[in-house]
Amino acid sequence: MRFRLTDEQRALRAGVRGLLERRFGRERLRAAVAASVADGPVLDRGLWRALGEAGFFALRLPEAEGGVGLGLPEAVLAFEEAGRALLPGPLVATHLAAGEVPGAAEGAVVVTAVDARLVEWRDAADVVRGDASGAVPVRSVDPLTPLHRVPGGARAGDPVAALLTAAEQLGSAGRTAELAARYAREREQFGRPVGAFQAVQHLCADMLVRVEVARAAVYAAAVTGDPADAAGAKLLADEAAVRGARDCLQVYGGLGFTWEADVHLHLKRAWLRAERWMTATAAEEALAARLVADG
Amino acid sequence: MDLAYTAEEEAFREGLRSWLKAALPSLPPRPDPADWPARRAYDTAWQRRLYDAGYGAVHWDAPPAQRLIFLEETERAGAPYVGANFVGLLHAGPTVAAEGTPAQRDRWLQPILRGDEVWCQGFSEPGAGSDLASLRTRAVRDGDAYVVTGHKIWTSHAEVADWCELLVRTDPDAPRHRGITWLALPMDAPGVTVRPLRTLAGTAEFAEVFLDEVRVPAEFRVGAENDGWRVTLVTLSYERGTAFAGEVVACRRVLGEVARLARGNGRWDDTALRRRLGRLHAEFGALWRLVQWNVSEAQASRGAPGVGGSVFKLRYSHARQELYDAAAEVLGADALDADREWVADRLSSLAYTIAAGTSQIQRNIVAERILGLPKGR
Repeated sequence: MRFRLTDEQRALRAGVRGLLERRFGRERLRAAVAASVADGPVLDRGLWRALGEAGFFALRLPEAEGGVGLGLPEAVLAFEEAGRALLPGPLVATHLAAGEVPGAAEGAVVVTAVDARLVEWRDAADVVRGDASGAVPVRSVDPLTPLHRVPGGARAGDPVAALLTAAEQLGSAGRTAELAARYAREREQFGRPVGAFQAVQHLCADMLVRVEVARAAVYAAAVTGDPADAAGAKLLADEAAVRGARDCLQVYGGLGFTWEADVHLHLKRAWLRAERWMTATAAEEALAARLVADG
Repeated sequence: MDLAYTAEEEAFREGLRSWLKAALPSLPPRPDPADWPARRAYDTAWQRRLYDAGYGAVHWDAPPAQRLIFLEETERAGAPYVGANFVGLLHAGPTVAAEGTPAQRDRWLQPILRGDEVWCQGFSEPGAGSDLASLRTRAVRDGDAYVVTGHKIWTSHAEVADWCELLVRTDPDAPRHRGITWLALPMDAPGVTVRPLRTLAGTAEFAEVFLDEVRVPAEFRVGAENDGWRVTLVTLSYERGTAFAGEVVACRRVLGEVARLARGNGRWDDTALRRRLGRLHAEFGALWRLVQWNVSEAQASRGAPGVGGSVFKLRYSHARQELYDAAAEVLGADALDADREWVADRLSSLAYTIAAGTSQIQRNIVAERILGLPKGR
């Protein structure tokens, strides 16, 4: 039992982080938000193809089928980085479509999917999986994720989709914990950094603890592939991301409530992901059912 | 990342499982929880049997993965846990192994592993609990001995211990973290007085220890004089990092029993309560994964568990309290019956967010040592 990242997994994580810093750094993120608010959201096809070339979508596809031939643990590390960078787009749906929808693996085709009566990026996508008939546009709370509501749309309940979404939540939670700690070291009030005040320290510490517990759950679920483990991972990662962003906003104070700070973007995306693929209620019920079944 | 045990590790599991199957039926009935001399005899006899079977050192002188398997299998089989051997096996033993001289390792480690000697922890004082470094118990060098005078508190099972891992101040003029020394105190030395304290659970779990000019030979000092704080951090990293690992396995079992009782008594139909139990299932599952992660990291670096233990200890201590609160909701009015299962555990769980450094202190450690925030007030 060696439950830690291998050297190859560390290298993969560093590679994805580097790619996203080059192709979707903070300036690109803010430009995308500004463009989206002004003219409606635009999916960056160039970025999508770059992700495809880097193997983001084909990561779990066997090499014989043109994929990278890696597993769920590696996919989770890549999606964690995507969540950290607030990368927009129907990443989970396209990744799941690799090998099933031609062009998805290469990033040439954008695939979205109906889940929980919602479909994201419907107009920008080339392929919509699931029944999206009668879809009505919603003014999405997340400026970088256009949404449609689908009447009577069924929940797909895919544990892999839930786990990859959990990995994005984990990345976002880790990022907001980092941002909060950095801000607390720099911002001075009453003549000292606010991070010297125990009340602020404890907010930051609780953020980190939620991240580390969620990380253990997400990584373990990626190794076991067990649906109940995926449900637990989604539950804990949703909590880490949503509460982490809220606590980060609190540490930032008034600045955190402005549009200029990135905190609200993390919070809004975290809310959205928490509603996607597996909600807290569904996860808790699934875990309760497993608790009795295991006994 | 890998959660599968190796063939060698699985062979260890099989050997242990069959040994437990043979050994457990002959175990005598467990003693009254309030009878500490009987508990000491029971716990040390079990430790001796583990030692004779080759499992004596599994908590610290074995590959960490074997330790996890040991915890899983002993819990599954319903075997006793470390009990009165807690401090010796989980704190003092690893500390002496890491920091002691060859002579000290020869003197103390075998008796701990054989269950011959029991240790207690003399860290906390009435004025120095979470602020451990403000301790005032003094030791003055006199020839080949230290003369110790002071007052320790919250010393678990001191009345049945042979040795005490004792922190003393040897240089009152030095900065408070520097003038501290780690000594092994023989509990039968003249001048040692033990007064058991009754806890809110109604039992005598710990004691006050009064030290009146107690002579401790200098050869019982672990680490250099005035270097005891560094040695203490080694002890604390074991205490917070791995000492509670076995209890997570036990909590997962209890959660399953609580769910089964809820199914039987109708409480399972309460959606809010059922969802809470589902969430606790995720929580304890993740905590066990965190143990496996921390152990794998420690195994790779061949070091002490480190501050990651504070992350685990903080979350675990609260999860344990939530578990027994949920159990009480399932029990309903029966949760007021002190003889009911889980009620004593609910009471004792209240200590977990205080002992081994309060949750507030753990948060300070996480903020300052992991997140690099400035030292607070």
